[in-house]
Amino acid sequence: MRNTSRAFTQTADGSSFVQASTRGVLGTAMVVALLSLTVSVTLHAQDGKAVYDKWCSGCHGDTGAGDGFGSKTMLPHPRDFTKGVYKIRTTASGEIPTDADLRHVIEVGMPGTAMPEWKSRLSDGEIGAVVQYVKTFSANSFKQPAKTIAIGKAPSGSGVDEGKAVFQKLECFKCHGAAGRGDGKSAPTLKDDYGNPIRAADLTENWKFRGGNSVNDIYSRLRTGLDATPMPSFQEAIENKLITDEQLWRIAQYVHSLSPEKAPTPREVVRAARATALPATPDAAGWNTVERFWVPLVGQIIAKPRWFAPTVDGVWVQALHDGRSLAMRISWDDPSKSPDPAWDEWLGRVSKSLTDVDGPLATQQGPDRLVVQFAQNPNDESQRPYFLGGDAKRKVYVWRWTSEPRVEEGTEAGLGKFTALPNVQVTQAARYADGQWQVQFTRSLASADSTQAPRFTAGHAIPVAFFAADGSSGEDEIRGAVSTWYAVYLDVPTPTRVFVAPIAMIALSAGLGMLLVTRAQRREQNGAGGTDSSHLEER
Amino acid sequence: MRRTMLGAVVLAAGVWGCGKSSGSASAGAGNSAVAQGSGSPAGGGAAGPTGNATVSGVIHFTGTAPANPKIDMSQESVCAGKYTTPPTDPQYVVADGKLGNVFVYVKSGLPAGAKYTAPSTPVEIDQSGCLYHPRVFGAMVDQNILIKNDDNVLHNIKAVPKVNRGFNISQPQAGMSSTRKFPESEVMVPFECNVHGWMHAWVGVLPHPFYSTSGADGSFSIKNLPAGTYTIEAWHEKAGVQQATVTVGAGETKTADFTFSAPKA
Repeated sequence: MRNTSRAFTQTADGSSFVQASTRGVLGTAMVVALLSLTVSVTLHAQDGKAVYDKWCSGCHGDTGAGDGFGSKTMLPHPRDFTKGVYKIRTTASGEIPTDADLRHVIEVGMPGTAMPEWKSRLSDGEIGAVVQYVKTFSANSFKQPAKTIAIGKAPSGSGVDEGKAVFQKLECFKCHGAAGRGDGKSAPTLKDDYGNPIRAADLTENWKFRGGNSVNDIYSRLRTGLDATPMPSFQEAIENKLITDEQLWRIAQYVHSLSPEKAPTPREVVRAARATALPATPDAAGWNTVERFWVPLVGQIIAKPRWFAPTVDGVWVQALHDGRSLAMRISWDDPSKSPDPAWDEWLGRVSKSLTDVDGPLATQQGPDRLVVQFAQNPNDESQRPYFLGGDAKRKVYVWRWTSEPRVEEGTEAGLGKFTALPNVQVTQAARYADGQWQVQFTRSLASADSTQAPRFTAGHAIPVAFFAADGSSGEDEIRGAVSTWYAVYLDVPTPTRVFVAPIAMIALSAGLGMLLVTRAQRREQNGAGGTDSSHLEER
Repeated sequence: MRRTMLGAVVLAAGVWGCGKSSGSASAGAGNSAVAQGSGSPAGGGAAGPTGNATVSGVIHFTGTAPANPKIDMSQESVCAGKYTTPPTDPQYVVADGKLGNVFVYVKSGLPAGAKYTAPSTPVEIDQSGCLYHPRVFGAMVDQNILIKNDDNVLHNIKAVPKVNRGFNISQPQAGMSSTRKFPESEVMVPFECNVHGWMHAWVGVLPHPFYSTSGADGSFSIKNLPAGTYTIEAWHEKAGVQQATVTVGAGETKTADFTFSAPKA
């Protein structure tokens, strides 16, 4: 009874429902509850309906079929609850999730998808109620209780090397790629249970793992699989004694190690350090030690045709200058080097899945694209151009790169409204390997026509923004991923006086000190110390 | 009101937690019932009524079957090496105007309330040369399906049923085997491999042993039927389904031929 009371106190917090206020009512209610457990579950689910209708149905649909008004533009689509099939579980492949599994996903959301966390908005009671309600969409599946599989603890020590070997043995690369960027041979053919295209996870960006990125989370996904997706359970590999349970943990540790320790946080200013010489190609070793800056990109959902399902989720930006030229290396993950016939099937699936976009997608794959955009007039600090390709009043200056590969230089007066400049100063060098583009742009700091193309000046920051598109997913000049404004700051060369002045000062003060000491000694000698001095000389 | 409901759920969850699980579709244990002399080619067991009537026939095919798509196995040399000629996806198995891989089964007509139990022997499906063998087959409700891997490559076996619950398991090496079963009747349950997107198989899950798959010569035979009038359905992955009504007396053999035709271009 005490436990029950506590549950009341907890769950009533923040609830907007009518609350029983008198002890008498409460007592009676408890008796009723004890007598009619099944009925009360149903009532609870009805509470969940109010929460669901308000917060969830927009995407998941009134009947839970994953067909809310927001669903058609999203990839992955919202979960269809009527099947009772869930990705993130602590139960075996093909089994229903536990209530705790459902609660967990609602609380923390699904990283890398449109599903947000709800813990900060809904009370524990509301989440509990909505869990019960969601289950009613597939009541048949939830007739029996879920069976959690026992998950032990991670073995001690790091087994990243062994994990890598087992990753190879189990051929995880077939889908996830040799470097883990989701570019395996089978990646273009992957579809979920509903026929929608689905990506093999990019294992180098674990902050987007749907079920969380701890070693424990990753191990659980390997054990249970992600139902309704191509990701199988690897339980069988243990049962058939192909690998041990410990080795499965080692894979989890290895996969975990493929991403940065922490999800990168964007910084406003990209620093272009001063270098004596600039790298010539994007794979030059010189780039490896240059600080890199993460610029997140999101779907371009302002100008039509809008795009809610971008492939590229961010670019790594590095910059250097040598006083004459600026070099920037932009790196981003894209599992396809577009166009590639292996991805024709993929494009077809994307077109079929995203039926509600602004007009049909291209039927042929275009190239991959990257646009590096600068404020045309960086001195106009009162107002930066519109971040989405500028406008007629304030244009942007752009490097427009495609994977043919080539780069154009020009201005834009709005997204895709491009005018080429007569003097092309920028050069590009591109490299595609293991699901990643690396493109180096190099341009002189001076400008052939500074009214069109801005000068890059050491000691100054210039606004910069990025646009990326994946041709194999039907992305083009407008459909793609965009960033807001950032800035590139070119380091000032260290002036000679910085090195000379301290030495001069040291020499000066030392010299002055010496002078003072010498003078003081002489004064002393001229006074009382004359005899002593001669005495010393005699010795 | 609200408090009442929430409290009740907490209590309910507690009671639930204590309850014993009685899970259904998953690996493992064999079936309690043993086949009782059913001579059905599918190896069905039976506690329900059987007999000695037979429905057999031939699946004819008219027109020219579309060419089976070529499979590019270049990414999978282990599988490609098992073929002397370039492999194709055998969607249409046609020879001399006869169609193979047609699943033929009794859709209705068995005595009301007849209950059959699955045999303890499993049906087998093998992955070899990056194709499923057999491609089309039947299994009884709750009959074990033994899934084997003959290829030394990673396969995942994903069942995508509509009535039953699916599964998605991996077999990364040759010699592995897994057992699964389906607790509900369902024609057909598709199997697929996502590593090799061309791999497809279908299993017809039935509550009785009266089914057969047409061979390369197009013939099928459903034996040990009790006398009666049956709706027989023939299913093909591309050519669709057809039905026929057949009445057989005790000890009789009746013919039910079906004719599928090439899709219109």
